[in-house]
Amino acid sequence: MTPGSEPAFDSPWHARAFALAVAENEADRLSWPDWTARLGATLRNCGLSQSLNGGDDYFLAWLDTLESMLVEEGRIERGEIEQVMAELAEAHEFALHEPRNVQHSVGSD
Amino acid sequence: MESSENGPVSAHGHLPTDPELRVKALEEILVRKGLVEPAALDAIIDMYQNRVGPRNGARVVARAWSDQDFRTALLADATGAIAGMGYAGRQGEHITAVENTPDMHNIVVCTLCSCYPWPLLGIPPGWYKSDEYRARAVREPRKVLADFGVTLPEDKAVRVWDSTAEMRYIVIPERPPGSMGLDEEALAELVTRDSMIGTGLPMEPQF
Repeated sequence: MTPGSEPAFDSPWHARAFALAVAENEADRLSWPDWTARLGATLRNCGLSQSLNGGDDYFLAWLDTLESMLVEEGRIERGEIEQVMAELAEAHEFALHEPRNVQHSVGSD
Repeated sequence: MESSENGPVSAHGHLPTDPELRVKALEEILVRKGLVEPAALDAIIDMYQNRVGPRNGARVVARAWSDQDFRTALLADATGAIAGMGYAGRQGEHITAVENTPDMHNIVVCTLCSCYPWPLLGIPPGWYKSDEYRARAVREPRKVLADFGVTLPEDKAVRVWDSTAEMRYIVIPERPPGSMGLDEEALAELVTRDSMIGTGLPMEPQF
């Protein structure tokens, strides 16, 4: 492997979080200069208590920033994410008892 | 290793970790509201995972090494010059090319977050996004370069470029000795991602 040819994203959720923000930008609902200013502020706050390594912690900051901006702009409700997380976790638990299609059955109803 | 941060492992198998669930939930909400389509997210991921990466930047550098007119145009207006090669898009709207010379080495950082010329280099590596690199590249660039295995002569100046949402940078490294006679395709093979960030040097040709 030549330097620089490692995968673009270390985890699938990094890629998904990345794409959600880019999709908002592509839909002209998020300006990139605003985004970088907000992401920079989140990273600065997170970095006060620990040194961020640019992996999970970076994409957690990315996700926090996106959630905050969506809530502020009224596109999602505060608490909505926790509610859907609980639904998904329940669906996942249920799916784990099914013999097959574990991934596909999550959230398919 | 499992920790509370990685989520519990149930008797049935691995539950999605908290951030995985958060992302999934956020996507689900935006899909339900009709604000995003999963296929659009798949397309964005495919683009940056498979189709855009440092090979694009390497082709630009290889052309700059072999075509003086292109090099001049690239240094004058990188955005226009790379658009002429078909490289444009998000985070590539305003790009500046900076050239390494026998007297000057350039290195790029984003002290704010992780601004980076996506159409040329793809998604930045983890270290580029780390607090350590973002802080130290400005404060002690020579030490950072040494950590990357790059030791420069004392009399070579180092210039640090801080990227923003408005301006991103690509380093045109010095053409390696012994690469005369190689065509653009062979030259591009010598250009590493890190050499275009300034934390590395191009490879030398192997004969």
